[in-house]
Amino acid sequence: MTRITVNGQLLDIDAAPDTPLLWVLRDHLAMTGTKYGCGMALCGACTVHVDGVASRSCILPLRLLEGKSITTIEGLSHGRSHPLQRAWIELDVPQCGYCQSGQLMTAAALLNLNPAPTDADIDAAMAGNICRCGTYRRIRQAVHRAAQTMTDERAPSDPQS
Amino acid sequence: VSVPPIAISRRAFCKRSAAAGGLVLAMTLPALGDRSEPRTAAAAGGSQLNAWLVIAPDNSISIFVDRSEMGQGVYTALPMLLAEELEIDLAKIKVVAAPVGDAYINVANGGQITGTSNSVQDAWEKLRTAGAQARIMLIAAAAARWRVDPAECRAANGRVANARGNALTYGELAAAAARMPVPKGVKLKAAADFRLIGKSQPRLDTPSKVDGSAEYGLDVKLPGMLYAALEQSPVLGGKVASVDAATAEKMPGVRRVLQTASGMVVVAEHFWQALKARAALKITWDPGANVQLDNAGIHAVLKQTSEKNQALVAKNRGDVAAALKSAKHTLEAVYELPLLAHATMEPMNCTADVKAGGCDLYVGTQVQQAAQEAAAAAAGLSPKQVNVHTTLIGGGFGRRLDVDFIPAAVEASKAVAAPVKLIWTREDDMTHDTYRPPAREAVSGGLDASGKLVAWMLHITSPSITARASPSTTDPFDSVVEYADHYPYGVPNFALTYSRQEIGIDVGYMRSVSHAPNCFVIESFMDELAAAASKNPLDFRLELLAAKPRHAHVLKLAAERAGWGRAAAGRHLGLALMEGYTTVLAQVAEISVDGGELKVHKITCVVDCGQMVNPRIVESQIESGIVFGLSAALWGEITVSGGRVQQTNFNTYRVLRSNELPELDVHLSPSDAPPGGIGEPAVALVAPAICNAIFAATGKRLRSLPISAHGLA
Repeated sequence: MTRITVNGQLLDIDAAPDTPLLWVLRDHLAMTGTKYGCGMALCGACTVHVDGVASRSCILPLRLLEGKSITTIEGLSHGRSHPLQRAWIELDVPQCGYCQSGQLMTAAALLNLNPAPTDADIDAAMAGNICRCGTYRRIRQAVHRAAQTMTDERAPSDPQS
Repeated sequence: VSVPPIAISRRAFCKRSAAAGGLVLAMTLPALGDRSEPRTAAAAGGSQLNAWLVIAPDNSISIFVDRSEMGQGVYTALPMLLAEELEIDLAKIKVVAAPVGDAYINVANGGQITGTSNSVQDAWEKLRTAGAQARIMLIAAAAARWRVDPAECRAANGRVANARGNALTYGELAAAAARMPVPKGVKLKAAADFRLIGKSQPRLDTPSKVDGSAEYGLDVKLPGMLYAALEQSPVLGGKVASVDAATAEKMPGVRRVLQTASGMVVVAEHFWQALKARAALKITWDPGANVQLDNAGIHAVLKQTSEKNQALVAKNRGDVAAALKSAKHTLEAVYELPLLAHATMEPMNCTADVKAGGCDLYVGTQVQQAAQEAAAAAAGLSPKQVNVHTTLIGGGFGRRLDVDFIPAAVEASKAVAAPVKLIWTREDDMTHDTYRPPAREAVSGGLDASGKLVAWMLHITSPSITARASPSTTDPFDSVVEYADHYPYGVPNFALTYSRQEIGIDVGYMRSVSHAPNCFVIESFMDELAAAASKNPLDFRLELLAAKPRHAHVLKLAAERAGWGRAAAGRHLGLALMEGYTTVLAQVAEISVDGGELKVHKITCVVDCGQMVNPRIVESQIESGIVFGLSAALWGEITVSGGRVQQTNFNTYRVLRSNELPELDVHLSPSDAPPGGIGEPAVALVAPAICNAIFAATGKRLRSLPISAHGLA
């Protein structure tokens, strides 16, 4: 048994310790928003947050995750309310959509660290997430838009402003 | 449930297919009449007004989309066509994947097939007509209820109303409307009256694609479902000679190890268990005929056949041989194209649930009938006993026009009497693709004393996709001469020929199919001819496009937008033009070559795809095609050694990443031509545009791809 927290829920997982987190999420927990793309941390489709850090779940064995807190696309927000999800919808970013869970999780980790990324910051952070449909330009636009939204929505409650 | 009123009879279908000019893929055309699944209205829980439309009493409207959604936007564009005439709000629509059915045949493709970038073309009249007929039937039902003349009633916003203050929702009218006669000869809206068509609308599938809820084949969940991994022969075409499964069978979670026609399958409670047990199989392979096959051999056999001069003539006009002989300058060149992998983000997978007397198949497929047939054959059922549930597709690009990943899942489900989801790993996917065929293309041109093109000849040598995918085809050319058969430049003496040469491994349709190799050759060679004529590549082309105003227009516009003739210091431009999928488009690549390092700074693309349905999707598809074309042009190459594919994952098969994206300027220049395809054409122009820019920068002409093989990218 390995005890992990997934999207705020404490869970005991009965799976072989070498099982990658990706397959724990998909097969054991039926959370299929996280995708399999390469199995070698090359494409980013499986990106989740582990203790807040964007991580490739396809190469993370369960035995390394005892006590860790994991956030998946299903836990990114309630009702698609994360500014990134709203921007993704406003700009119609996805095409086939398969890689977009990973794109969103990588972008969310970026904005947590860097609330006002430049084009170069976005490109550097997102370079590990392949999109064969080529949605890269809209992804960049949407990350900028979400960053702006987060700044705008933070502003009124900021006592400095 | 009423019978779909607009179902195309097989006879009418054959007649129309013949009229469509012979590009009939005919992948599977058995008797379809008794294979329509009666699931449509029942699944949606309402009244079925036609094959595409079910309206429930609560006003929810289900539209059955008969093309597979793989990113190209059919789950939005096709409902828009129907909604335009039905007078409903797009946001209210629930999209349902259509089952197998006669009504759902793509006429030009000759089957229920999503391919050839023609989903909108096929649906353009059909779905608007279906919407208009349903609207008239709803009005008739309301008029009957109110005992008034239908002419007094109007439909708008999902309601029928009249001037006396009566109003009923479509939900209230649907049951009665479904019993009304289907009107004939309905008049469709003029373009000027379109509410939705031609105006950017939000994609209906976007929300589910930002929260993980969108269901792809990989995500199907069924009670009691098991998982399977498949081990295929590492040498393409090989077979299992013998196997020792004793260790694998004892591993945790393993339910069954079975030999199938596709290779060894391990069924387990979880996929990771299946993968680990698969690694423990001790298989001896009979490698078969390909054990000596390598890249040098593939290109050598293409060269040999190409030089035999025993070609089939696809087009011949004037007297090319004589014109080349008498030309002032003649030019000859040979171009070579590599094998490519589709590398869809979602690897091949299929979930099958074989029960007594039937099979449910859950699969991301571009060919519902062929999927049904493949599953039926593997299960020992008749096709009509197989229900095909089409899921969202995590990248098709033509890969899912093949059904090679279906039978093993069906065989496994049958063996264990439970639903089985069989998943290919990325390595399985890349080493067992149906690859974009390689080609050798010999091209010649003749110029007169004024530098005008007087003769042009192209001889293509490559394997045939269609001969494998559709053995019954009678068209020896099919896709192989694409773009070349629409060569837009005015030339009095023209010949286009083809020699089929198989290479021992399966080749398949890949996004833009033969447009990509042929556009690379045609547009690169246009620049070679322009250089020989001492003319600017733009002017040289425009002189030959006098009879093609649409082509000349997009080419000029692309050149203007890209700053043709005004490139900044150190930057160089190259252009390409193409007509494909009835769309006309031009691209300009802006590059620099610095110390042998190529950088693509910008791609400008001007597109005339006729009448657009959803411009925001058109734009995204053109961008998508450019990115796909960039990956292929810069790095795309599958190589074979000892019959094994040497690329296995994204570390050895490089594709474009976000930090490598050039600036994109996509300009939509629609016309009043009928809707043209948008999913595929933009792919094909990228390589020639870049290679022409490389020539402008370095004087070096690249006659093979990828560009990286020339030490540049």
